[in-house]
Amino acid sequence: MGNSQNSLKKYWRKNITYLAILLSIWFIVSYGCGILFVDELDLIRIGGFKLGFWFAQQGSIYVFVVLIFIYVILMNKLDKKFEVDED
Amino acid sequence: MEIQTWTYILVAVSFTLYIGIAIWAKAGTTSEFYVAGKGVSPLANGMATAADWMSAASFIGMAGIISFMGRDGSVYLMGWTGGYVLLALLLAPYLRKFGKFTVPDFVGDRYYSQTARIVAVLCAIFISFTYVAGQMRGVGIVFSRFLEVEIATGVLIGMGIVFFYAVLGGMKGITYTQVAQYCVLIFAYTVPAVFISIMMTGNPIPQLGFGSELVNETGVSLLDKLDGLSEALGFKAYTSGNKSTIDVFFITAALMVGTAGLPHVIVRFFTVPKVRDARKSALYALIFIAILYTTAPAIAAFARTNLILSVSERPYSDVPAWFKNWENTGLIQFTDKNNDGKIQYVKDATKNELMIDRDIIVLANPEIARLPNWVIALVAAGGLAAALSTAAGLLLVISTSIAHDLLKKSFKPDISEKGELRAARIAAGFAVVVAGYFGINPPGFVAQVVAFAFGLAAASFFPAIIMGIFSKRMNKEGAITGMVVGILFTASYIIYFKFVSPENNTSKNWLFGISPEGIGTLGMILNFVTSTAVARFTAKPPKEILELVDKIRIPKEG
Repeated sequence: MGNSQNSLKKYWRKNITYLAILLSIWFIVSYGCGILFVDELDLIRIGGFKLGFWFAQQGSIYVFVVLIFIYVILMNKLDKKFEVDED
Repeated sequence: MEIQTWTYILVAVSFTLYIGIAIWAKAGTTSEFYVAGKGVSPLANGMATAADWMSAASFIGMAGIISFMGRDGSVYLMGWTGGYVLLALLLAPYLRKFGKFTVPDFVGDRYYSQTARIVAVLCAIFISFTYVAGQMRGVGIVFSRFLEVEIATGVLIGMGIVFFYAVLGGMKGITYTQVAQYCVLIFAYTVPAVFISIMMTGNPIPQLGFGSELVNETGVSLLDKLDGLSEALGFKAYTSGNKSTIDVFFITAALMVGTAGLPHVIVRFFTVPKVRDARKSALYALIFIAILYTTAPAIAAFARTNLILSVSERPYSDVPAWFKNWENTGLIQFTDKNNDGKIQYVKDATKNELMIDRDIIVLANPEIARLPNWVIALVAAGGLAAALSTAAGLLLVISTSIAHDLLKKSFKPDISEKGELRAARIAAGFAVVVAGYFGINPPGFVAQVVAFAFGLAAASFFPAIIMGIFSKRMNKEGAITGMVVGILFTASYIIYFKFVSPENNTSKNWLFGISPEGIGTLGMILNFVTSTAVARFTAKPPKEILELVDKIRIPKEG
């Protein structure tokens, strides 16, 4: 695929799709599990943790790391596919 | 060996290391001074970003705050890490592609306007000064407690060190000292946590330890024990929240978005060679930050449990040595209200006899847990590393803003490369002196204005940068109006509740129940709405700007 206007539009749209999916997960985990539904989740226990408390103080941070990891992989692939990578 | 001897050794060794690195990494050009010549590897940049980001507040203050807030402490944990997802996905790669030196550079170029550039510069300088005063204070406190010198002397020593490597090495010197400082601070933070976790739960991983069973009470998990202890003294259960859901939501959002909008963090992503490296170094940065941020809540829970167990209902004549040490600094205060000679530590203010400054949780934790002296000394070196690394990053933003954004780009465009580099060094020196002054004579509002820094970053930079990348319709009229409205709204709300009438600073007077700490989120929303509306009714941005936007959206043109 060349670098025509059209293919750049496709690249950008794909990028936006990735962002939308990843940021939805980001929102659900932190604001959903850690804040809005924290009391409901607290009824479930894993080990010595209440689940809502765990998401608020531990789980959400782990998920953030994983989200950026997935983003890096997806974008590196996308760059290669559209031949806009820097090598 | 004595704690003090250990502290002198560890502090001296770490300071020598920083100075050595600074001499080795001396900056020769403005590009090296501002962005380390764009030659930093993603791994080194990740570590430097982590050290830059984790301040004296993160290292010394955060676990203590969580310790006293319980579950609500999650606003800091999620707020100060979740912002990196926004940075990695929405800002870092595109700003790296843009490829200049500063955030005001981007705002000025993308919105083809000197006014926009100046607004951005003023925000950057204000945010950075607010922040750096607190760092210098942190240096002073660590020195005064562990080396028994005056706070002012401590601040002067800290200023000397930062002056040396920031003025000499610029971004290049700062980056590599920050790598060293990250190693020192993370080691100093995790070692005591591992020790305490093993002592209390037998689990060497603190992240798991604070949800494990207690060693001396089988069948009872640490958090359940702590909930029970808290409730018995009249506090709320540790794992339940005090703040309203909407307030927690808005504060978390303001901190996340503010993190992503802080100029000293953003500028770190200008220092790597490629767009791909910018993404990768955001990942490394968050991993390195997460190590401390997932350890902090464990330390908070351990310390709270230990504290209650070791002081509650204990005769004053019988308290451990650390209690007296910290009493001497004024950070612990005991008044025997009912004259029974015992310490009552309870929620009820009329009966409570113990005042504990939350800052000492991390600093005193190793003493409370009776860890070896070298571990206690290590915490001092770590606290200094955290404060110095952040201070240096902020000072660089201030000097770059003055030398590059104001002098070169606004008032004296014909300045030579050498002249600009000299101006940057003078500005850095000047900033160190101002920061040191505020460290020695802290304005009473330092703690208050931290909310300011995040709120303003959230309400000004973040929307302007995001729209600059993701909306081709956004023009200068929209962006400037948006920033001004966002800043004015956020600043007036905070000034009103923090300075004009602090007595009204209660949830029933707040707009929608949102505290001043969380109002930046609303300011950000206002900025987005206003700028979009204004842009709709004013001229489209010129063609060359649309081309610029196309260019920053892809890593490399064909």
